[in-house]
Amino acid sequence: MSKREPDEVTGVETTGHEWDGIRELDNPLPRWWLYMFWAGIVVAAVYWVLMPAWPGVRSYTQGVLGQSDRADVVVALNDLKTLRGAQAARLKTASLEEIERDPELQAYAQAVGQSVFGDNCATCHGTGGVGAKGYANLRDDVWLWGGSLEDIHHTIEVGIRSDHPQTRFSQMPAFGRDQMLSAAEVSDLTEYVVALSGRPANAAAVRRAAPVYQTQCVACHGPTGTGDQKQGAPNLTDQEWLYGSTRADIHAQIWNGRGGVMPSWKARFDPETLKALAVYIHANAGGQ
Amino acid sequence: MWKHHTKLEKHSLPLVIAILIVVSIGGIVEIAPLFWLESTVEEVEGVRPYTPLELAGRDIYIREGCYTCHSQMVRPLRDEVERYGHYSLAAESMYDHPFQWGSKRTGPDLARVGGKYSDGWHKDHLVDPRSVVPESVMPPYAFLAEKALDYRDIQDKIRAMTKVGVPYTQDMIDSAKDDLETQADPFAAASKFQARYGGKVIQRDFDGEPDRLSEMDALIAYLQMLGTLVDFSTYEAKAPENRR
Repeated sequence: MSKREPDEVTGVETTGHEWDGIRELDNPLPRWWLYMFWAGIVVAAVYWVLMPAWPGVRSYTQGVLGQSDRADVVVALNDLKTLRGAQAARLKTASLEEIERDPELQAYAQAVGQSVFGDNCATCHGTGGVGAKGYANLRDDVWLWGGSLEDIHHTIEVGIRSDHPQTRFSQMPAFGRDQMLSAAEVSDLTEYVVALSGRPANAAAVRRAAPVYQTQCVACHGPTGTGDQKQGAPNLTDQEWLYGSTRADIHAQIWNGRGGVMPSWKARFDPETLKALAVYIHANAGGQ
Repeated sequence: MWKHHTKLEKHSLPLVIAILIVVSIGGIVEIAPLFWLESTVEEVEGVRPYTPLELAGRDIYIREGCYTCHSQMVRPLRDEVERYGHYSLAAESMYDHPFQWGSKRTGPDLARVGGKYSDGWHKDHLVDPRSVVPESVMPPYAFLAEKALDYRDIQDKIRAMTKVGVPYTQDMIDSAKDDLETQADPFAAASKFQARYGGKVIQRDFDGEPDRLSEMDALIAYLQMLGTLVDFSTYEAKAPENRR
């Protein structure tokens, strides 16, 4: 069974194992394979010297190359700035107006803005900024907090009802829920708001609601319902509705006084990115 | 010398023991030192244990298997830092038992999601993901908004955390229920809660239903603090002790 003897055909010694008459040649490992194996061990030893490798008692061997993923990513991010070139550098110093006046720089800012918008803003404002119920449409010419380049930039920077100390802030009272108005008054006001937007409404209810509107709503929405961008009060005479245009939607809004939250993006983006975003949003909407 | 090898190969028990010794070398060299090396966890400002409400939210996050699609680790790579923000530090998950790093992303990484979206968005998105992100493949979690948060055992949960090394004080354990209710109630007195967990804790009605303390409250409270603790203005990326 375990007799090592030369094989008659090849002359190579067998291992001495035999299974059902089948025997095994004891060829040495291919040389190239063996050399690769030894080379692998040598490479590992070199790697230990060059790279961070062996743990010790308090620290670990740092390696003579001083390699560090965290240092590398800082370099990579700086390289990215260089790669983005002169336009990126100009974005840093140019004012918002200068960016809009320079077609080349504006095109660049828009490209940056579009990419950042897709990653961060589209989650709420929708692809391309078309908005949804409760999330403002950024493609139309209706603005709650102002649609000038400066206004948009400021809104992105500080947010709305955010935790930024200078946040844009306003709070519509929950007239129904907090029992500031009776259920009948809220229903009448709903008709009044429907009438403000130029749609047919119950004339008697509108008449009854007029004095209530003049005492409760004018401070923010204005005597004619055109709103006030300084307070983020929407224009009630147009066809755009953040929380829906139906009577049920309008009633629910007067009843609950909802107001959305937009985070401040100042800590998340560098100033160039903030500017690029503002330029992108301004250019893609019917800006003011 | 090589002849002795056959002794191992022909005896299964010594072979198994030898295999275990060889395989464990990898673990001994790569994992074990992390428990004693001083540079494993960075020294940074701001990391604190989870508040009771956040801990309850974290338990819901784990119960619902959020980790199967979402990782919580921004790797130090250019594109990840560009998309998600500063790469994650070990210190940011030092009170995580178990950690939520993950190696597979079906959804985006959540390590820096805190403060990125509004509470209202989180609720809309958890109730019906496709109402706000049409291309999403995330399942809806609408029941979280209906289900009252069961926090009868919150003190035991926090006590369990202390057993694995999270530095909750006895005061924190004793007042866990109060703190949990305080954090979800914007009108509750906050001074003692803030004294225990720091002035930066978020205290508000997370799910938009002031009368109800739901699982939605807890989960959103947890999501809104992810990645917000470390004060990166005091973090020296290039300092030798922070190199990795």
